[in-house]
Amino acid sequence: MEMIKTKDLVYEYIRRDEEGNVEGLTTAVDRVNLDVAPGEFIAILGHNGSGKSTLAKHINAILYPTEGVVLVDGMDTSQEAYLWEIRQRAGMVFQNPDNQIIGQVVEEDVGFGPENMGIPTKEIWERVEESLKAVGMYEYRKHSPNKLSGGQKQRVSIAGVLAMHPKCIVLDEPTAMLDPKGRKEVIRAVRALNQVEEITIVLITHYMEEIVHADRVFVMDQGRIAMAGTPREIFSRVERLKELRLDVPQVTLLSHELQKKGLALPDGILTQKELADELDRILAGN
Amino acid sequence: MAIIFDHVNHIYGEDTPMAVKALDDICLQIPDGQFVGIIGHTGSGKSTLVQHMNGLLKATSGHIYFNGEDIYDKDFSLKKLRSKVGLVFQYPEHQLFEIDVFSDVCFGPKNLGLEKKEAELRAFDALRKVGLPMELYYQSPFEISGGQKRRAAIAGVLAMEPEVLVLDEPTAGLDPKGRDEILDQIRRLREETGMTVLLVSHSMEDVAEYVDRIIVMNHGRILYDGEPREVFSHYKELEEIGLAAPQVTYVLHELEGRGLDVDVNATTIEEAAETIWAAVKRGKKSGMSPGRDKTSSGKF
Repeated sequence: MEMIKTKDLVYEYIRRDEEGNVEGLTTAVDRVNLDVAPGEFIAILGHNGSGKSTLAKHINAILYPTEGVVLVDGMDTSQEAYLWEIRQRAGMVFQNPDNQIIGQVVEEDVGFGPENMGIPTKEIWERVEESLKAVGMYEYRKHSPNKLSGGQKQRVSIAGVLAMHPKCIVLDEPTAMLDPKGRKEVIRAVRALNQVEEITIVLITHYMEEIVHADRVFVMDQGRIAMAGTPREIFSRVERLKELRLDVPQVTLLSHELQKKGLALPDGILTQKELADELDRILAGN
Repeated sequence: MAIIFDHVNHIYGEDTPMAVKALDDICLQIPDGQFVGIIGHTGSGKSTLVQHMNGLLKATSGHIYFNGEDIYDKDFSLKKLRSKVGLVFQYPEHQLFEIDVFSDVCFGPKNLGLEKKEAELRAFDALRKVGLPMELYYQSPFEISGGQKRRAAIAGVLAMEPEVLVLDEPTAGLDPKGRDEILDQIRRLREETGMTVLLVSHSMEDVAEYVDRIIVMNHGRILYDGEPREVFSHYKELEEIGLAAPQVTYVLHELEGRGLDVDVNATTIEEAAETIWAAVKRGKKSGMSPGRDKTSSGKF
């Protein structure tokens, strides 16, 4: 069974003017079909307003489909009876860590989710400990979240979701407000959760470098899935991505420039090591 | 003329147990017309630094001079300073509030005490400069896209016709195209008007691409101050303080490590492509270089 499945998902909302009169209908998500297998790491790209956050909010039942069906671990999100179960299986992490942290002490904050679920105290502490260890924040458990850096706060947010033992975590631009080190820490933690704990990951981001390790990438445009494939397939199409207001990693762009100058490099180079290996190959071939 | 910081210190919550030294003996000079990037990890003091430039924060000690005048002099007008140094905050679209975009942009110049007509002319000019399409001028600022909102907010500051434009992470949260559009527009503006631009950013790639000079802040002090090539040559030290170099810097170092004769100080894609292309051509002519044999012969 798929971890996440959407079938002809449509989400429309009504635009109103200041007096509350209906101005029109906007289709934010337009007939999206998505299948995510358990343990997969998928990334969603798309320009501002392409519908990617709206799609993501369907995965833990913050929004319900106007048409079509969303199944999370086999449960239909439009059925209220499943609501708690779905939110526990599919956790969500948002852009601004300051809006998600409520506890005065790191470990209290992480314990909030399981406590809310009615887990016995002893087990809550066990979960807090393992979650903080998984994101590399255990040594900060007694700290005040206010004194942490952005990357550390975001990892605490992830630990808070983790403590609810989800099968899937949806991250909506978790690194947009972070400095380079914070970004690296968060992405490293997310990859570890995927590889070690086999948690399904849905990562939404504007940083192209962050998704080169994803299993599959979906690019959204006007509420639809405009491109889908492996990172290599997606990033091979530099021109098409630019049309969709996106970008490619700097290494990929650099390789593309070198191709244009006449070097025989393959499409879709994703890492500096690949580029260096290819250049070695070219030089050895003379 | 220029902005001069002379031994500026800033302590938040001085004389309390929570005192934090956010700026520590800052001395710097920013000449007219320069495009300066300011980088540093979260909490390094870069936002505190730029908020001194228009007198929003007052130094605990030290002096700041704007066009030769000490801004802390009794008869110095801070209001005049704020009309000359425009500050665009992080997420400036959160500060939009008027019923339409045009009124919002008029607010600044009207507040300066300009006549309605003059204020409106400036608003038109500012909106044109940020490249906002005319059909959006009378729309509610809350119904336009994220990138458009941000331009409207920047136009609001430009309408005050500042000599210095300070932007605190102007592209955070924008998609790559929106990011390029805003930064290109700022570059063009600076070329047209000759204004001084200070850009606070977390994106090393953006800074490398656009600015003439980079100031690196760490623990409230200036760690490096120089041209991008020079600053990014300290990429190891930058990593230690939570920053990085542009991705191309790492590529070039890897290639150099494998014996390719490239200029590791190139910081933009164009420069990097140029130096790699040249090195590969040379490499083909002269055959394999000895360095490369050493490091990666096992691969062939």
